[in-house]
Amino acid sequence: MEHYNMNLTVKVWRQKNSKDKGGFVSYQVKDISSEMSFLEMIDVLNEKLIVEGGEPIAFDHDCREGICGQCSLYINGKPHGPWMANTTCQLHMRAFKDGDTIVVEPWRAGAFPVIKDLMVDRSAFDRIIQAGGYISVNTGNAVDGNSLPINKDHADASFAAAMCIGCGACVAACKNSSAMLFLSAKVSHLALLPQGEPERKSRVLNMVAQMDKEGFGACTNTGACEATCPKEISISNIARLNKEYLFSSLSSDK
Amino acid sequence: MTWKQVFTSSVGKKLVMGFTGIFLILFLLVHVSLNACIWANDGGKMFNAGAHFMGANVVPRILEIGLFAGLILHIIQGLMLEFSNRSKRGVAYANNYGNKGSKWYSRSMGILGTLILLFLILHMSNFWFPNRSHQNFMLGEEIDLYAKMKTTFSELWVVIVYVLGCLSLGYHLAHGFQSAFKTMGVHNKKYNQILTSIGYGFSVIITVAFVMMPLSFYLGWLS
Ligand code: HEM
Ligand code: SF4
Ligand code: FES
Repeated sequence: MEHYNMNLTVKVWRQKNSKDKGGFVSYQVKDISSEMSFLEMIDVLNEKLIVEGGEPIAFDHDCREGICGQCSLYINGKPHGPWMANTTCQLHMRAFKDGDTIVVEPWRAGAFPVIKDLMVDRSAFDRIIQAGGYISVNTGNAVDGNSLPINKDHADASFAAAMCIGCGACVAACKNSSAMLFLSAKVSHLALLPQGEPERKSRVLNMVAQMDKEGFGACTNTGACEATCPKEISISNIARLNKEYLFSSLSSDK
Repeated sequence: MTWKQVFTSSVGKKLVMGFTGIFLILFLLVHVSLNACIWANDGGKMFNAGAHFMGANVVPRILEIGLFAGLILHIIQGLMLEFSNRSKRGVAYANNYGNKGSKWYSRSMGILGTLILLFLILHMSNFWFPNRSHQNFMLGEEIDLYAKMKTTFSELWVVIVYVLGCLSLGYHLAHGFQSAFKTMGVHNKKYNQILTSIGYGFSVIITVAFVMMPLSFYLGWLS
C-alpha cells in the first residue's frame, strides 16, 4: 500500500472531570503518516500539546493490539471508527485522507460516565461480571482437559462468545444504551460449557439484575451492536440469553 | 428470583412485550380473515354473519376482554420501555452513525406503536364503540357493520388515515414478528431464518389486505 502523509483537523471532546460540562476543541495535526495507528496520531498531538504547555488529551488504551478492550472512542460517528470488526488501536491512518476533519467523542451512556476527556468509567461491566461471570473450580492439580467431553458445536459457539473483550462499543452504538450484547456473550460463553453448569441459573438472573441496576437500557433487537462489535459477537447470543433467563426464572427455587 | 423481580427486569419486560405481541398477531390473523369476507361481494351477507358470530357469542366476547388486557399491557409496557430507553444516554453524540446495521423501523417501534394507537382510537370509535353501545355492551342486537363500513369509507380523509395506520402496523410487524421470537429465546439459526421470512411475508400480507379494505369501498369495487 502506498505511503502518504496528511494534515488533519481533529475535533476532540475535552472535559476536565465528571462534573465539567465539556465541549469540542479543534486541533490541527501535520505530517501524519498513513502507516500510523489512530492512537499514535493522538500521541503525536498530545506531545505537541505538552510542549506547548497544554493539557494532553486523556484516552483509554493498553495492549494496542486489539485484545484487551481498553481502547474506545466514537470516531466520526462510529464506535472504534470506520472499519468493520476493528478496535480503535487497530485503526490506521490510511483510513483517512489529507485535509479530513475527524470528530472524536467518548462513549455516551449514562452507565459509562465520562471521567476525563475521552475516558469513560466502564466499571459497571466489572460489577456485572462479579455478579455471575465466573465458575467454581476446586483448587489442587489441574484436571486433564480431555477428561471432560464437550460437544464441538457448543465449544465453537462458546469460544466465539468468549471473544468479547468488554470494550463497550455495543453500548455506545445502541440507541437504548443496552449492554445486552456484552452480557449475552458472557452468559453464552459459560452456559455452553459443562464448567459453567453449576451456576448456570443463578448466573444469568444475577447478571441481568446487576445490568439493570447499573442503568443500561433494554434490548430492542435492532442489531446496531452486532454491526459495530470489533469481535463480531453474534446477536443470536442475545436470544440465547433470553432463553437462559426465561428457563432459569421459571425453574429457580425461590 | 420472585415473579416481581422477573417481570420488572429489563429482560422480563421484553418478555411481556414479546408474548403480548404474538397474542396481538394471532388476533390480527382472525381479524383479517373475517374481514376478508367483504370480498365475497354479496352485499355483506357473509361478513355480517361472521361479525355476528364474533359479537353475539359469549366465547369470542370473553376472548375480547383478554385482547383488551393484552393490548393495554403491550401499550403501557411499550411506552414505558421507550421512555426509559430514551433516558439512558444522557449526553447525545454530536456525530452519530452508530445505528449502521440496524433498520430504521427497528429503531422506531415506539413511534410506530404510537401511530397505531392513534389509528386504533379512530378505528374503534368508527366501528367497535357504536356497535357495542348499540348492544348496550351486552349480547344484544348489532348494527349492520357492512353498511357502516360503506359509509365510513366513502370519505377520503378516513381512507387515507386507515392506509397510514396499516402501513405503521406493517412496519411495526416487520421488526416485531421476528423480534418477538428472539425475545422468547429462539436463537437457533435455522428457526430464526424461517421466522424472519415468515415475519416479512406476514407483515406484507396483513398490510396489503387491510389497506385494500377501505380502498375497495372507496373505489366502489364492492356493492
Ligand atoms: C395490533 C397491534 C400491535 C401488534 C400486532 C404489535 C406487535 C408487536 C410485536 C410482535 C412486538 C415485538 C416484541 C418483541 O420484540 O419482543 C412489538 C413491540 C413493540 N410494540 Fe407493538 N404491537 C401492536 C400495537 C402497539 C401499540 C398500540 C403500541 C404503543 C402505543 C406498541 C408499542 C410497541 C413497542 C414500543 C414495542 C417495542 C418494545 C421493545 O422491543 O422493547 N405496539 N409489538
Ligand atoms: S460484545 Fe463486542 S462491542 Fe460489546 S463489549 Fe464485547 S467486544 Fe465490545
Ligand atoms: S488497546 Fe487493547 S484492544 Fe485496543
